[in-house]
Amino acid sequence: MPTLRMNVNGQPVEVDVVPDAFLAHVLRYRLGLTGTKIGCEEAECGACTVLIDGQPVNSCIFPALKAHGTRVVTIEGLSNGELHPLQQAFVEWGAVQCGFCTPGVIMVAKALLDRSPAPTEEAIRAALKDTYCRCGCYLEMVDAILVASGQAPRHTAINGHPPASPKALRAVGRPLPRPDAVAKVTGQAKYTDDYAFPNMLYGATLRSAYPHARLVRVETHRAKALPGVHAVLTAEDIPGEKHHGLMFDDWPVLCYDKVRYVGDAIAIVAADTPEIARRALELIDVEYDPLPVVTTPQEALAPGAPKVHGGGNLLKHIKVRKGDVEAGFAEADVIVERDYHTPMYEHAFLEPECAIARVAEDGRIEVIVGSQIPYEDRRQIARSLGVPEDHVRVKGAFVGGGFGGKEDIAGQIHAALLARATGQPVKILYSRQESLRVHPKRHATWIRVRLGATRDGRLVAAEVDILGDAGAYASLSDKVMTRAATHAAGPYDIPHVRVDCYTAYTNNPPAGAFRGFGVTQSAFAIESTLDVMAHELGRDPLELRLRNALRPGATTSTGQVLRESVGLVSCLEHVGHHLRSEQGPEWWHPFPNPDDPARVRAWGLAACYKNTGLGGGAPDWGSAEVEVLEDGRAVVRTAAAEIGQGLPAVLAIIVAEELGIPYEHIEVALPDTDTTPDGGPTTASRQTYINGNAARMAAQRVRDILAWAACEALGAPQAELVFRDGLITARGRAMAVGEAARMALEAGRRPVARARFEAPPTQPLGQGGDMHVGFSFGVQAALVEVDTRTGEVAVLKVVNAHDIGRAINMLGLLGQIRGGIIMGIGNALTEEYPVDEGIPFCTTLSRYKMPSIRHAPEIITFLVEDELPSGPYGAKGVGEIASIPTAAAVANAVYHAVGIRVTKTPLDQDWLLRALRGQQGTPSAKPRHHGGHQGHQGNEEHAVPQRGPKDVPFLPGQTRGTDAHNEFGRRQA
Amino acid sequence: MPKWKAYHRPQHVQEALATLAHYQGRARIVAGGTDLFVELLNAPAPFEALVDITAIPELRTVRRDGPWIVVGSAVTHAEIVASPLIRRHGTALAEGCSVIGGPQVRNVATLGGNVVHALPAADGTIALLALDAEAQVASSGAGRRWIPLSHLFLGPGQSAVDATREVLTALRFRATAEREASAFGRVMRPQGVALPILAVAVAVRLDASGQGIERARVSLGPVAPVPFRSRRAEARLRGAPTSPDTYRQAAEAALEECSPRTSRYRATREYREEMITTLLPRVVEVAVARARGEAWARPRLEAVDHFSSFGAWRAPS
Ligand SMILES: Cc1cc2nc3c(=O)[nH]c(=O)nc-3n(C[C@H](O)[C@H](O)[C@H](O)COP(=O)(O)OP(=O)(O)OC[C@H]3O[C@@H](n4cnc5c(N)ncnc54)[C@H](O)[C@@H]3O)c2cc1C
Ligand code: FES
Ligand code: FES
Repeated sequence: MPTLRMNVNGQPVEVDVVPDAFLAHVLRYRLGLTGTKIGCEEAECGACTVLIDGQPVNSCIFPALKAHGTRVVTIEGLSNGELHPLQQAFVEWGAVQCGFCTPGVIMVAKALLDRSPAPTEEAIRAALKDTYCRCGCYLEMVDAILVASGQAPRHTAINGHPPASPKALRAVGRPLPRPDAVAKVTGQAKYTDDYAFPNMLYGATLRSAYPHARLVRVETHRAKALPGVHAVLTAEDIPGEKHHGLMFDDWPVLCYDKVRYVGDAIAIVAADTPEIARRALELIDVEYDPLPVVTTPQEALAPGAPKVHGGGNLLKHIKVRKGDVEAGFAEADVIVERDYHTPMYEHAFLEPECAIARVAEDGRIEVIVGSQIPYEDRRQIARSLGVPEDHVRVKGAFVGGGFGGKEDIAGQIHAALLARATGQPVKILYSRQESLRVHPKRHATWIRVRLGATRDGRLVAAEVDILGDAGAYASLSDKVMTRAATHAAGPYDIPHVRVDCYTAYTNNPPAGAFRGFGVTQSAFAIESTLDVMAHELGRDPLELRLRNALRPGATTSTGQVLRESVGLVSCLEHVGHHLRSEQGPEWWHPFPNPDDPARVRAWGLAACYKNTGLGGGAPDWGSAEVEVLEDGRAVVRTAAAEIGQGLPAVLAIIVAEELGIPYEHIEVALPDTDTTPDGGPTTASRQTYINGNAARMAAQRVRDILAWAACEALGAPQAELVFRDGLITARGRAMAVGEAARMALEAGRRPVARARFEAPPTQPLGQGGDMHVGFSFGVQAALVEVDTRTGEVAVLKVVNAHDIGRAINMLGLLGQIRGGIIMGIGNALTEEYPVDEGIPFCTTLSRYKMPSIRHAPEIITFLVEDELPSGPYGAKGVGEIASIPTAAAVANAVYHAVGIRVTKTPLDQDWLLRALRGQQGTPSAKPRHHGGHQGHQGNEEHAVPQRGPKDVPFLPGQTRGTDAHNEFGRRQA
Repeated sequence: MPKWKAYHRPQHVQEALATLAHYQGRARIVAGGTDLFVELLNAPAPFEALVDITAIPELRTVRRDGPWIVVGSAVTHAEIVASPLIRRHGTALAEGCSVIGGPQVRNVATLGGNVVHALPAADGTIALLALDAEAQVASSGAGRRWIPLSHLFLGPGQSAVDATREVLTALRFRATAEREASAFGRVMRPQGVALPILAVAVAVRLDASGQGIERARVSLGPVAPVPFRSRRAEARLRGAPTSPDTYRQAAEAALEECSPRTSRYRATREYREEMITTLLPRVVEVAVARARGEAWARPRLEAVDHFSSFGAWRAPS
């Protein structure tokens, strides 16, 4: 083996490497410098950036031997004891969420500052152009880099500092850096692949070669004979349950009779090296008998369609009924109807899935995995191993983003099976390409909306038909599509609503949870239609929404009467006020780019709501434990997964508030099913609400223990004790909380408490009553610019207001809102996961473009803190809401700019340009619609289309081929 | 089982050629690897050894040689963008390379790799074509020879340079004289692969009055299986007055001989055709203004990231 000599972080290093080694691998796996991340191995994401002789390069495709004789600097080389100013600024300005991109971003920024000590924002954006952050903290990065270079921040500051909520308490509502931020900016934070064990083997998974086929024969003996291979397992080797699944156990751990999509696992291998494991896969002989491929849900539900599973392809029909739609439409003066399509989307969390399993000293199976639902993982692993759940221990690691895509099982059962079979630790790390191929996506949907209103702008009836592609396995389709359906009429009080939502199995990659959970899709449809209606009525789209907005006392589509915490009107008013003061009363009028009139600008608006918590009758609870240590520090323990959304800060703030302990003195443990209580899934924007409450209750119980211990020492009754600044004070005397903890311990009461918070009960769909404990609301207005020569669309600014109940951590909250909006821009403009005959197009990350820093607009946020009484300090969820309305706001803005109604995401510039050319005359900055008497100037044909027969279950996207809006340029051969 | 059994880093071209010869076609040249390694990601390597040419000092220089600007094949895009010689004499090349990837890619990806990869839309290559560049190829038997760049392209991704036996050593183009300039522009789409929907490069020489075009070279991609020079557009520009009408006619002429394809998930033929009529006149206009020394058309390479294809420059109207 050749010897590589280089200088790494100031130290000479000598290491023998294989000739095909890349630098990222040598740094991470040979030198243990795991701060350098690997997100794609395609030179696409930038997570692996290191400096070579001062220049940033992607170490994932930098041959290790090419580094011979160079000076390499990694994230670990940036700080020597003290944080580098960049690292410090990233911590303070919230430029870190999941943290997986952070080392790469900081290395690029370092190279930039070395060359240009005070870069402009434009230069920062140019430098970070190809360094992606899926959490979307781009504006925070800009600020952090500006601050680190001695300049003023531009996006996050009020009076030079990150803002606090007007309702801030001692800790609650302050802009506090995440507890894990320092670990993340220094590269010390350990994600699953950063762990290694002696004798660790590497797993690999044989994937199906076909989207749909019968498995005739799987022959593994050649693979088993390969030197270095320790185990090759197929379905026969699974001791327990052969299927897994979050709701239905329909997903084979390893396929045995047939394969249903190209990500299906057929066999798994454990070997001494990843290369041997991959080689072994090539030696497994599989004989397939290909079956006809079910490519769309329309096809799946057609008579005589091939069956993906044993039963029919219809996975679920979801009905929402309110009032009498016939009567409603009879009342309507104007009825509009439109069809929409949203494709599959990929989560593209920057950290590909990884799991490590080993047989622990006590004989149990221990699995390290960055999952969204640790206890659910434990259940599913134990079932397939055929052991009781407490024979499995699931330990969390830092998670490099999830967004819903790490709720389903990935490699954790496989790793456990291999560890059990070999007795050695086994790591299964997906490559980016495998990740793209395997994990569930966002449901592709076809949606038809029919909306009726009276002349004076009252929405009287809504009918929505939704068809969702569930893909090969159920995953969370039932719940996701239920959410799509229940939210399909938007956050409006419409007396008559009918929604029918069908979701069907196909041979496409499965669809599951993805930030927005179905509402992303239906919100695009209803919010676009609302603007169509505003246009037809000649009304201000904002006024139309205000007029019909859900308010306290209003009833949702599912029959839930909203009692409180309904801040939608306030959100609309904030955004409306901003729009009018910036743009004038007719804020929707297009206007040219002053420097280049061929680029037309306009604002567009959308609103949405999103439930907090599981709801629908599902028991929703979580538990947390709080312990105060003798040194005055506190620890919060819960197996509630942090996937970047900022839960540790929320928990620490709540405990700090309750115990009067400085925020910095609170540690939040990683999930561990042995030592941390079940926090439930990280889904449904529920963690702040559920486990924030659990942590608060636990902290209050610990406070009681401390108070019990302190009141004697302080000579005051418990009621008089004040917990503040790490002290307990009363009657002019004070003692440290740690001291009280020690006294309690000595007196036989450990200052630790567990609490379980159970959300108020909810009702299943169809039964009326409270289907959810509460809703967050959001309104966003996007300023877009359309280049009428090329069809290119840019989002320049997003003004938004969100009712999130109560701000717990301002830094995290703003991060979620902005990150959500940037993800929404991805939905609107850049992202799409096309599948053709069951074969995904996005086989590499280079084929799936998430928004880069170039797409991050100026974002102006208003917070509405309309407290939810059952939430901790009144807080509701924020994890999803901000990503939901953006695409519709952009589409509505495009309509205002050029008069073209976008009915499919993402917006295709090719299609848009041809649509523009198809218009009469050339587009220009002339007012498009709404208000006054200019109602019908735009380009909306067929205001009241006829509906087809109602007795056939209607499948949107299947029936009408004539609507010019359904012609999507790139789909043509 | 490494993918390749040896990674060589020769110091001289001769050494690189000797190493290639030693492997008798089973070794391959690599430069920045931004195309090669990505291609090999999930495929077995069709070679036994790699010969990395980036340590050969000669291939890493940009120099002036009489009338020529000579760019070593292993010069990176970042170096090209930073080179005063290229900015001045091969402005289109500096611009074309400035939009490739991000800094991490540009710090390793090379001009030679861009050329030998032979994609019809490669930005650096399109720019070189408008500069009427020549390529120097070294092979063990035949020594070194200069050939017109356009002779290198056999088809999409197919280069006449056999990277298992030969080395592309340098590219050269003529230094810009008075009343000459070049420009580059492209249209991207935000979804999918980072290659242009259309890239256009133009080099012009104005007549003494500055009001007429003495000669022009126009290249485009992807409008044909190989990077394409539009002789018809050039003919239309030659001797014509510098006017929007002329530029529009040049685009129409280009359309006559271009055959852009509809590629699924990327762009339709119609769109590409319209982009030819949209972008080509624009790039000619910028090149002409540059040749006249008009300030508005100066390259803006420090902020290489334009939002729109037309983002960087604004002609005073
Ligand atoms: C994220 C990303 C974005 C990109 N964006 C763009 C873009 O916008 N526009 C664009 O045009 N390209 C783009 N590329 C492609 C790529 O960066 C360029 O084509 C690059 O110039 C290739 O150079 P290289 O040195 O990396 O080539 P390599 O990958 O090293 O080599 C490419 C091919 O050329 C051969 N070769 C290289 N040098 C020589 C030589 N001197 N003699 C003989 N054979 C040789 C190799 O054997 C190989 O077959 C992008 C790539 C990435 C990863
Ligand atoms: S760019 Fe190297 S891992 Fe993504
Ligand atoms: S913080 Fe950037 S990817 Fe998560």
